[in-house]
Amino acid sequence: MPARMVAVNRILEREQLAPHVFRIRVEAPLIAEERRPGQFVILQIDSEFGERIPLTIADADPEEGSITLIFQAVGKSTQQLAALNVGGKIANLLGPLGRPTEIKSFGRVIAVGGGIGVAPMFPIVQALKREGNRITTIIGARTRELVILESEMRSVSEELIVCTDDGSYGRKAVVTEPLAELCRSERLPDLVVAIGPAIMMKFCVETVRHHDIPVMVSLNTIMVDGTGMCGGCRVTVDGETKFVCVDGPEFDGRLVDFNNMLKRLEAYRDQEERRLHECRIEEVRE
Amino acid sequence: MSRATPELLEREATRLLNSIEGAELTRKQRLEIPQQTIPAQDPVERRSNMSEVTLGYTEAQARLEAARCLQCKNAVCVEGCPVGVDIPSFIQAIEDGRYAEAIAIIHRTNILPAICGRVCPQENQCQATCTVGKVHKDPLKAVSIGRLERFVADYERSTQGSGVPEVKPETGKRVAVIGSGPASITVAADLRREGHAVTILEAFHRPGGVMVYGIPEFRLPKAIVEDEIHTLERMGVEIRTNFLVGRTRRLHDLFDKDGYDAVFIGSGAGLPKFLGIEGENLVGVFSANEFLTRSNLMKAYDREHAETPIFQPRKVAVFGGGNVAMDAARTAVRLEAEEVNVIYRRTRTEMPARAEEVDNAEEEGVRFHFLRSPKRILGNEDERVVGVECLAYELGEPDDSGRRRPVPIPGSETVIEVDTALVSIGNDSHPLITQTTPELETNKWGNILTDENGKTSMDRVYAGGDIVLGAATVILAMGEGRKAAASIHELLTSDSDDSA
Repeated sequence: MPARMVAVNRILEREQLAPHVFRIRVEAPLIAEERRPGQFVILQIDSEFGERIPLTIADADPEEGSITLIFQAVGKSTQQLAALNVGGKIANLLGPLGRPTEIKSFGRVIAVGGGIGVAPMFPIVQALKREGNRITTIIGARTRELVILESEMRSVSEELIVCTDDGSYGRKAVVTEPLAELCRSERLPDLVVAIGPAIMMKFCVETVRHHDIPVMVSLNTIMVDGTGMCGGCRVTVDGETKFVCVDGPEFDGRLVDFNNMLKRLEAYRDQEERRLHECRIEEVRE
Repeated sequence: MSRATPELLEREATRLLNSIEGAELTRKQRLEIPQQTIPAQDPVERRSNMSEVTLGYTEAQARLEAARCLQCKNAVCVEGCPVGVDIPSFIQAIEDGRYAEAIAIIHRTNILPAICGRVCPQENQCQATCTVGKVHKDPLKAVSIGRLERFVADYERSTQGSGVPEVKPETGKRVAVIGSGPASITVAADLRREGHAVTILEAFHRPGGVMVYGIPEFRLPKAIVEDEIHTLERMGVEIRTNFLVGRTRRLHDLFDKDGYDAVFIGSGAGLPKFLGIEGENLVGVFSANEFLTRSNLMKAYDREHAETPIFQPRKVAVFGGGNVAMDAARTAVRLEAEEVNVIYRRTRTEMPARAEEVDNAEEEGVRFHFLRSPKRILGNEDERVVGVECLAYELGEPDDSGRRRPVPIPGSETVIEVDTALVSIGNDSHPLITQTTPELETNKWGNILTDENGKTSMDRVYAGGDIVLGAATVILAMGEGRKAAASIHELLTSDSDDSA
């Protein structure tokens, strides 16, 4: 009897890139076939009580039928995901979700990736390069060991600038400093792409606001279904309510109300911290 | 308010039943049988649990209620049923104690009796036209058809388990059904019965559509929905979860890559509507969809086990007057909100919610503010909700829907202090499939256009349920599904004839 067909979503490869940062390759033939840069998946570790979490697709191999996800194990669900080994299965995996990135020839592009945001940035920069764009990439991280995908990014960028907050690697700077400098040069970029923590994207937008340059950002708001049904992911863009899951995740950052978005990201902070705390207590007990 | 316990109701019903057992009842005697009260959980007790509120008739109650039916020759009740259940016959079978037969009669036209018996608005459908209600000059005194349907469905579930409807020999035709709510389930069952291979494609990790993400446990236990889904699976319907048509696969590819012979779109309601007022994106404002999905599908009410958080409401405002608004309000009550206010811009009479659900909400302590509508939502410096400013309304001339149009009274603003606002004013149609399938014609609201047989502008593609109707009910969606299934079957049959 056929009954319920559940894709296997088996983990083919697992690698730790940095403290708390993992890269996994997951068997997902349908998603690998359809996905375009900029799209994401929603996954759930446990069908019964698990949380649905959105993760941007870092890469895909349609031949092999696999997708690559890079994530930071910060919450309980991502920690559970990090604990899965090769051969392990993700109970539910839905995608690809969101609108793909608009890939065309812009000219000169500055790509700013902060922390784990470098992961979704990579396929975008890769596709932009294929279209003949000249790309300068700025990677920012708190400290040296949190810099990820440096060589991958270097391979698709004309120039690569690495900054760390503590100066342990590359420049001691936040990403907006080289961004501002690059925008002071004679020839302004035609497009800035900024992906990273909401606060970083906000400041990237502010840094170039006085130039007339579009700043494409990829928003990581809270969502449940990821298909347009709950409205939890809504943001104010140019005074209008937009749903990140179906209208986004990419928007022109100049039009995004980041202050409201930052507050909305905190909606469940208390509860999440409590959960995480309980989960650490469990770990200690074990 | 004191409530009759099920035991008491059963004893009383048994006594009455024994007194009439075996006698040939006259019309007058039937009309004298008291309408049976449905046993329910105590209102105070149920405020703190998610269990089903109404408990269902006992056997004696059901037989007694069935005896109230006059077995009208013209069966006006059947005309009121979107799927045309043979109501007098199944009620007669209950009166005679032939329960297996009663359920078989319902199953001929309705695959989801345990669900419909619970969530159909019978008072506007089969019961609205019931002769017994007319004789008593009170439609609420009609034969309780829905409760009888529920009784016999539950009785069957608890005794022998749901039977599997018969499936004809395989035709070799394959149909993809998008979504797994009531419209899709009906289509899947009807087509499978005819021997076609059916695959349901569901975006969520669990099938059932609105019946699992939207309607709360206390109104429709999830175990019942699961049972109904299992029935489909036992018939050989294949269910693929985590499959979003429009993203995982485009509609065309269901034909081009997967080789289906026909597709039914039952993807349901989509984007929740917001009011477009100031403060709507503050922290603490949620669509009823989100609040209910977190609580129901993600089980966030079970704080001990669920990983999905839900906002802890203290003082709540619910905007809207439909069944979803009632579900959201009553869910907030169960999440231990201190105060839940429903704000509706017309009066109780115009509320689209079922009267029974409004009464249930009121019993559970939900407060109603009629002729009020939110003007803006107030927030503090942390962008968290602190109150809602409402404008008072009065009823003016009737509008297109026939309901009197609410007109705002200038200068009538008042503020209700709340920290949570739940917006329940309906949904826009879901954009994903239509966005990625340009040749699919829609109306200006984005609902897919179909002819009277459920056929869309695209060859071999049919649609039904909320994606066509806008927000409707479980049973209307099923009615649509029934029509579409019939035309799909016709199409597939003519295919076979052509190739023969």
